[in-house]
Amino acid sequence: MATLIVNQPPVGGFSFDHCKRNAYLLGEANKVGSSLPTARKTGTTICGIVFKDGVILGADTRATEGMVVADKNCSKIHHISTNIYCCGAGTAADTEMTTQIISSNLELHALSTGRVPRVATANRMLKQMLFRYQGHIGAALVLGGVDCNGPHLYSIYPHGSTDKLPYVTMGSGSLAAMAVFEDRYKPDMEEEDAKRLVRDAIAAGIFNDLGSGSNIDLCVITKGNLDYIRPHEEANKKGVRTGDYKYKRGTTGVLSKVVTPLNLEVVEESVLTMDTS
Amino acid sequence: MEAETGPEWLSEEVKTGTTIIAIEFKGGVVLGSDSRVSAGESVVNRVMNKLSPLHDKIYCALSGSAADAQTIAEMVNYQLDVHSIEIDKDPKVCSAATLVRNISYKYKEELSAHLIVAGWDRRDGGQVFATLNGLLTRQPFAIGGSGSSYVYGFVDAEYRKDMAKEECQQFVINTLALAMNRDGSSGGVAYIVSIDEHGAEEKVVLGNDLPTFFDQ
Repeated sequence: MATLIVNQPPVGGFSFDHCKRNAYLLGEANKVGSSLPTARKTGTTICGIVFKDGVILGADTRATEGMVVADKNCSKIHHISTNIYCCGAGTAADTEMTTQIISSNLELHALSTGRVPRVATANRMLKQMLFRYQGHIGAALVLGGVDCNGPHLYSIYPHGSTDKLPYVTMGSGSLAAMAVFEDRYKPDMEEEDAKRLVRDAIAAGIFNDLGSGSNIDLCVITKGNLDYIRPHEEANKKGVRTGDYKYKRGTTGVLSKVVTPLNLEVVEESVLTMDTS
Repeated sequence: MEAETGPEWLSEEVKTGTTIIAIEFKGGVVLGSDSRVSAGESVVNRVMNKLSPLHDKIYCALSGSAADAQTIAEMVNYQLDVHSIEIDKDPKVCSAATLVRNISYKYKEELSAHLIVAGWDRRDGGQVFATLNGLLTRQPFAIGGSGSSYVYGFVDAEYRKDMAKEECQQFVINTLALAMNRDGSSGGVAYIVSIDEHGAEEKVVLGNDLPTFFDQ
């Protein structure tokens, strides 16, 4: 029989087909007193500052699932292009996919224009994509880079609003990190001072916020140069045991020893072929 | 408790709990805004300029959801650039306001943003337009945002016809200072933009330079 529906090639992007089903399942699960598994959210501290010659991005490396640490050394500073990087907080899968999509589109844009991509372009592409999905993509980003107009730093919220500032923080540890920046940030800092400030801001997040932890990653972007330092510092180094706590052989005395032999009789013996295809 | 509902900074929409104001004077307009942007309980940006240029001599003041307001401003900025190239001259303020109105009317169910459009054009001089859920009105002055409800009485009592440019700037600064003192979601510094036939002039009044009143 003829059909009016033409088979169309699948279109790219996110699909929300399962939203209704998930809402229904959640309702059913609540009725019997249980809950659905949650998405992996990165309780996070990420931040960035503009210094004399460029921008520095910083991130912790803990990923959490509820109260469980799911990954102790995950990478939260994502590549956009050689001169632009992006820290991600929020739903881990969303930050990863969003930055990959924008990275891909920005590369095509750079190829078609024959120019080095600009940070403002990446910012506009990210905010327009996040706004289109009305906050359903849980990605909170810190975007930084250096282009022909100098260093730029943006913070981007899940609903698609952006701020352009000399220093920004994001994630659950953002208040602790911002407190460090508000105290010590100065315009036109030297690279070493700026790196130490970002390190201290992330460390404040790691030590004062439950959602953040483990190591500190840094990414220093200057004109024509990139320094991705992972890990910059292990904030929580595992201690070394000072004593030998192993029991010596023979510490526990053997009081008695009994050996019971099992006398078994072979009744049947057969060989089976193994399927190794 | 965070495990069930998710962290607050992720789910909470960023809002420009705001005070914005625009006023006409003979031959131009003055716009003003505070600088606070908040998400729930926390201030996410304390120095945001909520006066966004739509064209050389047309600005708009943003309030409501930050994402919605920024998106409308960027869309109208683009549409107005195309329009001014097509007509080969500077656009009228009412054209800019109509573009804002069209978006806010079409998407009034989805958007929560209140924009005040103000500027100068050759035909009608300085004009102020307010757009709320798709209703477009021209007013001699307009206030908006959460802080505006604290200063309606003040502006109605203090407004006089045919004020000079400097009087209008002082009126805007006084109104903002009073609103920022009373409204918890408004604060920071005051941004002022004065527009006349020569162009737009942007100014910042820092928090410690704002006027004080009887209570301080």
